[in-house]
Amino acid sequence: MKKKVTATVISQKEISPGIYDLWLKTELAAYAHCGQFVGVYTGNDSRLLPRPISICEISDDWSAMRLVYRIAGKGTADISHLKEGDSVKILGVLGNGYEFIKIFGEDLSGAKDVVLMGGGIGIPPMLQTSKELSAHGIQHTVICGYRNADLFLNQDLAKYGTLHIATEDGSWGVKGNVLDVVAQKGIKTGVILACGPMPMLRAIKKYAESSKITAYISLEERMACGVGACLGCVCKTANKDEHSNVNNARICTDGPVFKSSEVMI
Amino acid sequence: MMNTSVNIAGIEFKNPVMSASGTFGSGVEYEEFFDLDLLGAVVTKGVSNIPWEGNPTPRIAETYGGMLNAIGLQNPGIDVFIKRDIPFLKRFNTNIIVNVCGKSVDDYIDVVERLSDEDVSMLEINVSCPNVKEGAIAFGQDPKALYNITSEIKKHAKQPVIMKLSPNVTDIALMAKTAEDAGADAVSLINTITGMKIDIERRSFVLANKTGGLSGPAIKPVAVRMVYQCAKAVKIPIIGMGGISNAEDAIEFLMAGATAVAVGAMNFVNPTAMPETICGIEEFMEKHGIDDINEIIGCVD
Ligand SMILES: Cc1cc2nc3c(=O)[nH]c(=O)nc-3n(C[C@H](O)[C@H](O)[C@H](O)COP(=O)(O)OP(=O)(O)OC[C@H]3O[C@@H](n4cnc5c(N)ncnc54)[C@H](O)[C@@H]3O)c2cc1C
Ligand SMILES: Cc1cc2nc3c(=O)[nH]c(=O)nc-3n(C[C@H](O)[C@H](O)[C@H](O)COP(=O)(O)O)c2cc1C
Ligand code: FES
Repeated sequence: MKKKVTATVISQKEISPGIYDLWLKTELAAYAHCGQFVGVYTGNDSRLLPRPISICEISDDWSAMRLVYRIAGKGTADISHLKEGDSVKILGVLGNGYEFIKIFGEDLSGAKDVVLMGGGIGIPPMLQTSKELSAHGIQHTVICGYRNADLFLNQDLAKYGTLHIATEDGSWGVKGNVLDVVAQKGIKTGVILACGPMPMLRAIKKYAESSKITAYISLEERMACGVGACLGCVCKTANKDEHSNVNNARICTDGPVFKSSEVMI
Repeated sequence: MMNTSVNIAGIEFKNPVMSASGTFGSGVEYEEFFDLDLLGAVVTKGVSNIPWEGNPTPRIAETYGGMLNAIGLQNPGIDVFIKRDIPFLKRFNTNIIVNVCGKSVDDYIDVVERLSDEDVSMLEINVSCPNVKEGAIAFGQDPKALYNITSEIKKHAKQPVIMKLSPNVTDIALMAKTAEDAGADAVSLINTITGMKIDIERRSFVLANKTGGLSGPAIKPVAVRMVYQCAKAVKIPIIGMGGISNAEDAIEFLMAGATAVAVGAMNFVNPTAMPETICGIEEFMEKHGIDDINEIIGCVD
């Protein structure tokens, strides 16, 4: 379901320097699944476009969703000022998300050696993904890459999968990135589900190609409509895209999650 | 019973509100938000004779009270459009206006001819897209070129022709008059205003294309002024657009002389902006005892 709705802030707090944890009460939660996102309006008429933010977690009763985001500019700064009880307009639910049936097959039998990889502000969507995998009884590994020891969401993530941590400066866990963890710990990778900065996604695409496994990666692009109408948010595809009739897919509707072999990044 | 219907080149519109080309796809994406039957018309994304890939990304940059876009007229080409988009739109009780783009006069004529047997209400000719390097905008900035392309298209078009004007000119009224003289059945304006945004941290352009077209509330006063100037200069109907968010904005354009209005970038901000605008116009008419919307068209003087 897609709708612009008014959500109510349940709580908001800063969980790491510049990283905010926002719980919203919204009817949209009931229609969402892992890897999807919502457009959050800034409430400021000079900044009109909704900010795309991934769904980090959905409450067990499907009445609320959690967004974890970094202040990247003025729009996210506006959003960080929201307090308990405030209203905020959101557009959702947007994007395909991680579609388990498509990824693992009808009976989910393809879900072997599943590894989730999150880098930086790409970590939040991995929480709901991990939660849904465990709800299906699918054992999995979660690897998170942080810049330094300012970790966030690590305690939540440890609940559902086997968690490994990498930091760029080596101040926690493995020194290096998520793929360094795979190499050092000898983690078996059957299917990778990933979200993070472009260099990390490029490395995962290469890794998947060379080790002949499948990886699903979540991409980002500047968006206007968020619903597939404006063609602002495209990425290059390996084959002709059915909707566009050229080698461009819309990240907001055909993605943000793509099979790594299908996109040219 | 109050009348909200308007007439453009013999085509009846149940109300004067339609989508602005390129902001509404072919309607598919907004069907989830409201019933397209409510609209006066759906104006489609620009379509060319062959598929176009458009520009590299980033294609979008938000600006104060508006946005820049440099999509570069990505579209699936007329063949897919006729097979897929027209049949979709035929399911609704609304007018279909197909927006046409091209790089040469022959490209435009190719598309116009392919549409001649299709059941669409009108053609809107985009001679003003600032995001395509070759051709397109030159037609919209040079009166001679505009006259030539308008008269050529009129020779081949089966449906009434709307020429969509660029605001990136010195004298918009001259362009409207030129289109009228060349046989256009209506004009629409404004297309986006060419702009630029620079990322001062990265010391580079925000858009891959460097420049983009500005749209949204930030451009509304310019658009209202241009509609007013054109209304004074021509007798053919005008479809006004540029920053319309709601009924008040729409009524401003009607009073400036537009027979109908289109909503563009604000569809992205509020997916139900158009049905809300239509309701708001009716409320305004009721409140002010206006029986026929045509009474307020061009009423300022
Ligand atoms: C599908 C998707 C999911 C995302 N999920 C998250 C998340 O869970 N947590 C999080 O912290 N961030 C996430 N982002 C990035 C987030 O959207 C941007 O950080 C945010 O839009 C910045 O807005 P701003 O006004 O603070 O920054 P400004 O730079 O002032 O924004 C200016 C404009 O650029 C756009 N923009 C800027 N950076 C980005 C970006 N990286 N991606 C897309 N648009 C951008 C803004 O939306 C706005 O329209 C996601 C992006 C996408 C596309
Ligand atoms: C993303 C985007 C795509 C557009 N694509 C087209 C197009 O294909 N053809 C066209 O004639 N105008 C196009 N336009 C211009 C709009 O139809 C309209 O003239 C302009 O945006 C001003 O109206 P607004 O301020 O309400 O958006 C586009 C505008 C936007 C924002
Ligand atoms: S943001 Fe408009 S098509 Fe994706």
